[in-house]
Amino acid sequence: MNKLNFLQPDKNNFYTYLYTGVILVALSIFIVFLNSFFNKDIVSFLPGPISFFLPLILGFIGLHLIRIDYSGLRFLDSINKNINTNNFNAFLSLLIVFVVIKSLPPLLSWFIIDANIAGDSKDVCTGSGACWTYIKIWFNRFMYGMYPNPEQWRINLSFIALAFLGCVGFFATEKFKKYLTLYYVVVYPIIAFFFIFFFISGGPIFFDFSYGIIAAVISIILGFFIPSKFKMYYFIIVPITLYILLKYVFFYEELIELGKLEALEWVETGAWGGLSLTFIVSFFCLIFCFPIGLFLSLGRRSDFPIIKYISIGMIEFWRGVPLITVLFMSSVMFPMFLPEDMFIDKLVRVIIAISLFEAAYVAEVIRGGLQALPRGQYDAAKSLGMGYWKMHILVILPQALKLVIPGIANTFLALVKDTPLIFVVGLLEIVGMLNLAKTNPEWLGFAMEGYVFASVLFFIICYAMSKYSYNLEQKYKTER
Amino acid sequence: MSDKIIQITEMNKWFGDFQVLKNINLEVEKNKKIVVCGPSGSGKSTLIRCINRLEEHQQGSIIVDGNELTEDTKDIEKIRAEVGMVFQQFNLFPHLSILDNCTLAPIWVKKMPKKEAEDLALQHLEKVQIADQANKYPGQLSGGQQQRCAIARALCMEPKIMLFDEPTSALDPEMIKEVLDAMVNLAKAGMTMIVVTHEMGFAKEVADEVIFMDEGMIVERAETKEFFANPKSDRTKLFLSQIL
Amino acid sequence: MNIKKILPQLLTLLVVILVFGFFSYNAQINMENRGITFGYGFLSQESSFDVQFSLIEYDGSHSYFRAYLVGLLNTILVSVIGIIFATIIGVVVGIARLSNNYLINRTAAVYVEFFRNIPLLLQIFFWYFAALRALPLPQDTEPMFGVFFLTIKGFFVPAFVWNNLDVFIYSIIAAIISIIFIRIYAKKKQENEGIQTPVLSISIGLLLILPILSFLFGGVDASVEIPVIKQLSQSGFTFEGGIKLPPELISLALALSLYTATFIAECVRAGVQGVSKGQKEAAASIGLTPNQVLKLVVMPQALRIIIPPTTNQYLNLTKNSSLAAAIAYPDLVLVFAGTALMQTGRAIEIVSITMLTYLSLSISISIFMNWYNKKIAIKEK
Repeated sequence: MNKLNFLQPDKNNFYTYLYTGVILVALSIFIVFLNSFFNKDIVSFLPGPISFFLPLILGFIGLHLIRIDYSGLRFLDSINKNINTNNFNAFLSLLIVFVVIKSLPPLLSWFIIDANIAGDSKDVCTGSGACWTYIKIWFNRFMYGMYPNPEQWRINLSFIALAFLGCVGFFATEKFKKYLTLYYVVVYPIIAFFFIFFFISGGPIFFDFSYGIIAAVISIILGFFIPSKFKMYYFIIVPITLYILLKYVFFYEELIELGKLEALEWVETGAWGGLSLTFIVSFFCLIFCFPIGLFLSLGRRSDFPIIKYISIGMIEFWRGVPLITVLFMSSVMFPMFLPEDMFIDKLVRVIIAISLFEAAYVAEVIRGGLQALPRGQYDAAKSLGMGYWKMHILVILPQALKLVIPGIANTFLALVKDTPLIFVVGLLEIVGMLNLAKTNPEWLGFAMEGYVFASVLFFIICYAMSKYSYNLEQKYKTER
Repeated sequence: MSDKIIQITEMNKWFGDFQVLKNINLEVEKNKKIVVCGPSGSGKSTLIRCINRLEEHQQGSIIVDGNELTEDTKDIEKIRAEVGMVFQQFNLFPHLSILDNCTLAPIWVKKMPKKEAEDLALQHLEKVQIADQANKYPGQLSGGQQQRCAIARALCMEPKIMLFDEPTSALDPEMIKEVLDAMVNLAKAGMTMIVVTHEMGFAKEVADEVIFMDEGMIVERAETKEFFANPKSDRTKLFLSQIL
Repeated sequence: MNIKKILPQLLTLLVVILVFGFFSYNAQINMENRGITFGYGFLSQESSFDVQFSLIEYDGSHSYFRAYLVGLLNTILVSVIGIIFATIIGVVVGIARLSNNYLINRTAAVYVEFFRNIPLLLQIFFWYFAALRALPLPQDTEPMFGVFFLTIKGFFVPAFVWNNLDVFIYSIIAAIISIIFIRIYAKKKQENEGIQTPVLSISIGLLLILPILSFLFGGVDASVEIPVIKQLSQSGFTFEGGIKLPPELISLALALSLYTATFIAECVRAGVQGVSKGQKEAAASIGLTPNQVLKLVVMPQALRIIIPPTTNQYLNLTKNSSLAAAIAYPDLVLVFAGTALMQTGRAIEIVSITMLTYLSLSISISIFMNWYNKKIAIKEK
């Protein structure tokens, strides 16, 4: 048996070092494990500081002993190359493992073991853990804000319908694929707007909405029978005529009075709130900020000096100020700029403000893509006789936009994370509702549960979005 | 009395303070093939890029097929539709298939119906012998194939003039021949061509005239045989001795 | 001149002018109706409101302009603290992300994903309403290291009471100036004779010795004032003496640092990864030590990639500090565009001043960035 040199483990007494080291490491982890999970301190017979540091010392020595270069055991080698390359690494690895082990029990106990979820009122929350009952009771408010409970089906229906219509792209057959862009950029937002503005708001304008739907459906059905040449005029004139007929000729207000048709209850936008409001605001701002940002970035690269400088001014302005001042401006300053009797709804103002703000960031992202395209593409398109717009729509933008997918996804993500700021205008989306709930006299002291709940929600949404955009980016990369 | 399809008179161009084209006078007749050669930086590429106004000249006049090139946008696009260009870097549109690359301009600029445009495109792709690659994407093709597709793309606009800006300079030697063959066929079919190139073999085979440029000026211009046999200027002689 | 070129521009200009005109016209009418006049004279009026936390002397009898300054200073304070901590944490996490150690790498990744995907406002609320509320009351607090008290009412830390502070500051300035001269001298010496002087050790020595000298001979002395508990009322205690850091400042700085650090970590990681491996190999092959490789080859290239986006993040942090309004930390937005605006009703003037302040900050940083980029740009053909 060769001389054992504990300071330099080597292959000669391989198994001695290996076994000793592994035992020491296992022992150290075991001590910490017992301590944290079962509150048993088996080394308490040692004086204070030593017993505190003992696991660390044991583990450190153990890792040092098993740090044998080229041992031949594949598993050991990969561990050594990974977490055990030198003393510093070993120390940090041990620290991380111990911290994780020590923090698991308190976390588990707060989240699950000592937590309460059953029951109806505060009295149920007797444990020292989280009071999930609080979340359960307030769930409706967190999701829908102050929207009246019986009417919440309207919000659900709108979202489901919109999600459904949004997935149309997957089922489009070849023939309709070229209308997809038009659909998503023009038709879908308009339908979404109708649903949200009229259906969720309700009230007498609901009838306009339903007349519109009926007119549209009838026009589309009849549309199959009209020859192509007249299609354009047809789609402008017929729906409008039908709509006017329905509104003023067939069903007038009196019929409603007679109770034959019941209007949906009116819910003002101030009462909308919760996660559904987060979705609504994010959705509309997403839709608007993209085209505005696109035009701003094209304007910035334009040859026309006036358009160029106006674009630069707009972009630098919106990028230079914090969102909260923009929202302040929209709620405090904006009414000053409008005539006395003109009133723009709070939610609409907020959506306009956030869209303009994020559009500036989108503009910069798209500009990066436009600049990254080789000049030859512009040359080739020009040499084929394409004008400015044809060149951009057919050649430049399809390529540039693919390049900047991660940047745009980032901006969208930032948009979703910025929605909580609308509390400054008095709209309460989920974070706002949390703040409102925690001041309710019956439920004081549960702020932590609320914030954890919202954090988990946002984390899931944002993490999913960033993973999706990563996949999208990979997919387009391989398509080239 | 053949008509002059390109007339450049007293053309001068500056990039900032640097004068890149000096007193260019050039007339090209229909159906003629002109080769432009010269050392790097002599302004050859700039010259032909001025003809379809990818570059703008500051002095003088350029008249292409009876239309003068000015700042008026409408004319520029009309002229560009009549003048096809093939680039050194091919510049195919990577997000479109070969067929779509060729049909894009006919459909959107000439407003041709899709079927007609595709037939036309396949015809031209056939002529440059890559019709079988029509549904592939540029990234999947070799350099020679891409350049031939670029030629077909330009031809689909049925131009009166074809400009070539060093079309084979970015190609591997094995692929130069296939592109030159396509260009020779084009020349034999009667197209007016202005080719900036170093391929003197091509010039000897197909060109009617050769122009030598140096430092922004046209130094010598002569019929092909005359040019190679009896170069007049010293600079021309030096250049020829280096590349032949 | 070309009609096609002029027409769209004129039209755009016309639209912009019309829109602005429409707004101004309405603003004028509305202000007339409410009897508000337009003017910046109110800035010299008495403000008659107090601010909870201020770096300079301020109370209700000072002017609105002074209130503006208070808000501005508070914004700068929290931004600077945030930037410092965000940079430290961000660099550490960024480098950890590059480690080969699976545990360290993953821990850093978890940190980045976690703090990046939760809205900043939520984080601020969490720290302020949940975490800091869990701290004990002043009378129940055990001091950390005997002198730091972390209570629910704020962090109480000892304050230095200086005598002849200016002499101390002069000594530091003198140390810095001599370090600069020594660096110039050392560089010249290296160019002429090839000898390298240990600039770093000399600099550290100077920075330590000169201030110490000021203590010994300059008449400077500093005593520490430890916070002492004081009873205000039956159940209300606080600390006297020392410096009080309000919980608003702490939670804001904490949230800003942790949040921005995630972005800085990603910038650092991109910068170091952006230097190709071949660079390190080539540098090692000509005999440079690992430290020299880092200092002369890797860091200069990495910094070129790291600095522009990191500066952008600093700017974002400064703008995000405006979220202070949510937890009543008296920053520029809350004090000026909040309280002052509510009191005077002069929305247009106040909001315009606030936005202009942030705008000038952004634009000056942009200009600096452009200058920096041009200066260090790697020359290409």
